[in-house]
Amino acid sequence: MTIPFPSDAWIKAMMVDLNESAAYLEAAKNWEGDFYFVVNPGGTLSEPVTLYMDLWHGKCRDAHAMDDPAALAPAFRLAGPVATWKKVMSKQLDPMQAMMTGQLKLTGNMAMVMKNVRAAKELVESCTRIPTDFPV
Amino acid sequence: MWYFSSPQIVHGEGALSHLGTLTGERACVVTDATLKRLGLLDQVLAALEPGGMQVLVIDSVEPDPSLKTVRAGAQQMLDFAPQWIVALGGGSVIDAAKGMWILYERPDIDAAAINPIETLGLRGKARFVAIPTTSGTGSEATWAIVLTDTDERRKLGLGSREAIPDFAIIDPALVAGLPARLRADTGLDALTHAVEGFTSTYASDFTDGLCLHAAKLVFANLPAAVAGDAAASEHMHNAATLAGLGFGNSMAALAHGMGHSLGGVFHVPHGRAVALFLPYTIEFCVRGGGTRYMELARALDLPAGDEEQAAAGLVKAIRDLERAVGQPLTLEEAGVSREQLEAELGLLVDNAMNDTQTIMATRIASDEELRELFRAAWEGRTVEI
Repeated sequence: MTIPFPSDAWIKAMMVDLNESAAYLEAAKNWEGDFYFVVNPGGTLSEPVTLYMDLWHGKCRDAHAMDDPAALAPAFRLAGPVATWKKVMSKQLDPMQAMMTGQLKLTGNMAMVMKNVRAAKELVESCTRIPTDFPV
Repeated sequence: MWYFSSPQIVHGEGALSHLGTLTGERACVVTDATLKRLGLLDQVLAALEPGGMQVLVIDSVEPDPSLKTVRAGAQQMLDFAPQWIVALGGGSVIDAAKGMWILYERPDIDAAAINPIETLGLRGKARFVAIPTTSGTGSEATWAIVLTDTDERRKLGLGSREAIPDFAIIDPALVAGLPARLRADTGLDALTHAVEGFTSTYASDFTDGLCLHAAKLVFANLPAAVAGDAAASEHMHNAATLAGLGFGNSMAALAHGMGHSLGGVFHVPHGRAVALFLPYTIEFCVRGGGTRYMELARALDLPAGDEEQAAAGLVKAIRDLERAVGQPLTLEEAGVSREQLEAELGLLVDNAMNDTQTIMATRIASDEELRELFRAAWEGRTVEI
């Protein structure tokens, strides 16, 4: 069964996957910082959707879709068109290349990112494991 | 979508004279105390004279330059306001100068946060010239920057595509007096760049030829260059820049991740460290699939019936070359005791795991696999995981 992306159910499925991932636990043991994943419109997705994840030392403590993105001020924000998210999540586009070429825009404490690149890679690996129904 | 970045390269005998064509009011030369003592700084200052610029010299860059050194140099640049930054030295000096340049242009940025994701807007204040005085780093042709966080005992693989030098001056006269040990260390760094650049997950048609030719040049010329042959030395100087262009656009991989980690903890020279790990990482990666060792081995006239044979042939050829130029093949030979390794293994693994180059390998090592790789490299045994 596939889960619609982006949605509250999808980000909760990713939370379960991350918390079961020994590789993520290992790679992200020093990671501190919550995230907004902003999925911009495309295909049948007509409005931006913001998904929230609270990531802390290799575990995901909370995850949900945001009704009001202004309600929180997470440490990191990764944003891009839904078509780009699909390419990354289906391994057609390397996530680091997507960020380095501006196809996905990452903001936040870049020193934390540069010291924990493996955590970022494992985070995206988790995305690829969720059976997903994309709107594009 | 990807980019190919390159400086304008001035090469060959007399290339240093290109400095005389630079125009502006002020230039800052970044170097180290040894190059000042050897008179290479004087050659650069003389070459800059026709431009009539005021010159500030920063000669305090240490091996494995720290974030602190970079911040201090950037402050000197902010006070002096140069339009040109000229980096004269090996990888440590060039990387430190790139870091100073970025903080000079963008004082709001934390040196540890220099990254290839955000736009920096460089060249509003200054342009950058890199003049390598070793033959291996390739930093003159890359946008990579390796700095050391001395508090965390960790080398940070940083960089920004904007930090590619405007000019790289590849003048063989500047490496004529290079000591044999430094030629061997840095030459094997160039080989590691060529091999990892060719086999990295970011390799492309634009980088393959550069990496292959650089690898051929190193195998053909390093022993003679170490022995002092001038023609071989010039070929090695060119090979280093070619390999830099190659891996700078396709990224390095696991041997660099482990080498950075080792250097941050035990201060083993960079080239010696990455080359020591290269055979072990080839043995590890070939067991994961997706490698291109056959193609590389064929280009080097090595046995290449299949990936495994090609990897084994490469490993042997690399170790033969390392032996020929007197390099250590194991961590023990590099001066790390078993007790030291075990005491620092946790930090070595953590730092290697989160090195920016480690994730470019065709096979990503887990925590436990990295432990095994470090131990295999200490004992000198074949990697069988």
